[in-house]
Amino acid sequence: MGRNNTVAFPQAKSPTGADTVKGFFRFVLSELKPKGKILTPFNVISGMIILGGLILIVIRFAYGLGSITNLSQEYPWGIWIGFDVVTGVAFAGGAYTLCFVVHILNFKKYEPILKATVLNGFLAYCFYAGALLLDLGRPWNVVNPIIGNAFGYSSVLFLVAWHFLLYTICQFVEVFPAVTEWLYWPKVRKYAKLCTTGAVIFGITLSTLHQSGLGALFMMASNKIHPLWYSGNIPILFFVSSVFAGLSMVIAESSISHRVFRAQISPHHHASFNDIVLGMAKGALGALFAYFFLKMIDLIHGSHWSLINTPMGHWYLVEIIGGIVIPIILFTIAILKNNVRLVQFTAVITALGVIINRLNVSVIAFKWYLPNRYYPSWAEIWVTAAVICMEIWAFRWIVSRMPIVNEHPAFPEEETIHHKETEVVQWKVSAS
Amino acid sequence: MTISRRKFLEVAGIAGSALLVGGRKPAAAAGSAQAAQVGHAEKSGVEFYGMLVDTTKCIGCRSCEEACNEKNGLPKPEVSFSSDSVFEKKRDTTPEAFTVLNKYPNEKEPDKPIFVRKQCMHCNQPACATACLVKALEKTVEGPVKYNKDRCMGCRYCMVSCPFDAPKYEYNSNLPYLKKCVFCFDLVEKGEKPACVEACPEGASMFGKRRELIEIARQRIYQNPDKYHPYIYGEHEAGGTSMLFLSSVPVEKLDFRMNVGTTPYPEKTTGFLYAVPHIFILWPTFLYGLSYLTSQKNDKESEHGKE
Ligand code: SF4
Ligand code: SF4
Repeated sequence: MGRNNTVAFPQAKSPTGADTVKGFFRFVLSELKPKGKILTPFNVISGMIILGGLILIVIRFAYGLGSITNLSQEYPWGIWIGFDVVTGVAFAGGAYTLCFVVHILNFKKYEPILKATVLNGFLAYCFYAGALLLDLGRPWNVVNPIIGNAFGYSSVLFLVAWHFLLYTICQFVEVFPAVTEWLYWPKVRKYAKLCTTGAVIFGITLSTLHQSGLGALFMMASNKIHPLWYSGNIPILFFVSSVFAGLSMVIAESSISHRVFRAQISPHHHASFNDIVLGMAKGALGALFAYFFLKMIDLIHGSHWSLINTPMGHWYLVEIIGGIVIPIILFTIAILKNNVRLVQFTAVITALGVIINRLNVSVIAFKWYLPNRYYPSWAEIWVTAAVICMEIWAFRWIVSRMPIVNEHPAFPEEETIHHKETEVVQWKVSAS
Repeated sequence: MTISRRKFLEVAGIAGSALLVGGRKPAAAAGSAQAAQVGHAEKSGVEFYGMLVDTTKCIGCRSCEEACNEKNGLPKPEVSFSSDSVFEKKRDTTPEAFTVLNKYPNEKEPDKPIFVRKQCMHCNQPACATACLVKALEKTVEGPVKYNKDRCMGCRYCMVSCPFDAPKYEYNSNLPYLKKCVFCFDLVEKGEKPACVEACPEGASMFGKRRELIEIARQRIYQNPDKYHPYIYGEHEAGGTSMLFLSSVPVEKLDFRMNVGTTPYPEKTTGFLYAVPHIFILWPTFLYGLSYLTSQKNDKESEHGKE
């Protein structure tokens, strides 16, 4: 992205002036200005994608969903749900997985990447789950299940909607300390930090439920989803796969931002980076194994062997072998050889496998029997790309201003330093 | 720590109370229990109404289609209701036509084709109403599944869930609604027949108590074993529907969906929803305990480290 990455954090002695209302607005306004070079290739291309996306969104709201999407009476949900929401949320699963590891299991080793991951998760919910609004026929009624006079308790979507909202708030609480550091609000920060554990515990619970809830959404479509993908275990499968989906996304994403935001990353993070990546690979491998066995149990239980040798069966094999078996083999090799490169490569394959799986359940294996299948229109893909670009812009804006990939000089992370040595000792012991 | 814990419990309490109840409702979806959901507790003794469509009596006059069009104020179709040309293709319901007739060859009497109505089945335990997160779709105590258009947010989850693909959506409108047959619930509530039944000149569509209609259908099958295929479509499909169909040939030859099963659709998600309150109680306790234990462990170890 070629930005000028000199860190310009407000120093302890020169507060941002954001402690008064006026000063707050002045500071935020001054921060809104872009930093670094503007006309980089990335900015130009993504800017054009976003601009085009916004135009398409205007058309969509002016003339209805049918004007730019390929949705039909047969296919009420397309890639805006199947990719943006269902897949996007699975990838955001890294946030709760890492929160569990760092805050609950107290593996402080992963702390350096935690903030960035949670921020990414938060933005993913804002943008990808936010893209849901584009898909709603009457998006202003989206408040109905929250404040409405009619609660559809019996609906899985009701549960998922509430959880999206609450979890987004939890994640905001988790990243809020970084915001207070950026604004230089030490007092608020103290209280914000106190809320973290509560938000983490509540957040993990919510994630467990809505990651599996996204799968449970499709349980009533039992006569529409191909039997190789439909199973009573969809909720569990979605939950388990969100663990490796999230972890592989964190591996891929952290490898990129590790390069892009190199100058901002604190030195001890640099040192432990490879160790962190390998550790996450182990976690992903475990989840992949569990998922593979669950899938096999489903296959045997449903005795769907005869379906394997059909076109949809071959596609199923592509998903299972390409998205699960090969990643298992490659992760194992990479871990045995301490090969970080291979881990990163495998993470990308795993992520692709997850995309295929989520799209299969929600779009591809959905009404596989129809002669006129749904495929996304170019506009649907364009808008999806625009949403992704917007998320990247927001992420970049925040990371180059707030202490996300590093620590604020004025607020050193006492705990990490305190635990660091013991952690290393512990790891050496457990490794031997 | 105390603050965060108290805050957490507070939030969990609020959310929990909303979500805990979530686990209960689907099971209470049938029959009189439905009354509580609708809020007409006093009417809980009401029996479901239904409609028996005897396809052997239908002459394909499309009076029902026309009556439906008028009753619901739908746009006039390009081809008039007196034309037979619509039978050239198999039709599905659309946002502008809530009930459509299709023509099928009759193997028993080749000169008498079979006409079948296609529309929302008004399931006893509807998938759509269970799916709807704002109760825009609701099963009334009388049986019709009605639509409160002002609540709908257009998520189309009902369309994903309906085993018969009955709900249709206005994709080409910037203020879209969901469109489907609502069994003229306003008339039924008043004790009147739906418009299509009223319009049927042959008595092929019959309105009545669902239980009684099943009796009538059985009787017809017993008394005319040669005329009827011995099957009432809708008696058990998807847990039973208000729409019931009789035919002279096996129903699978008339494009009736045979893959919907007999389990009520809401039951497919009850297992998951029942687990929600359990996880909501167990998970935080477990997570909190675990984090407490691991932080203790770390403290001890760092003490050891100092020694
Ligand atoms: S047929 Fe579909 S739309 Fe009609 S009541 Fe049943 S689930 Fe609802
Ligand atoms: S589209 Fe409307 S009626 Fe259907 S589930 Fe969504 S809110 Fe309910």
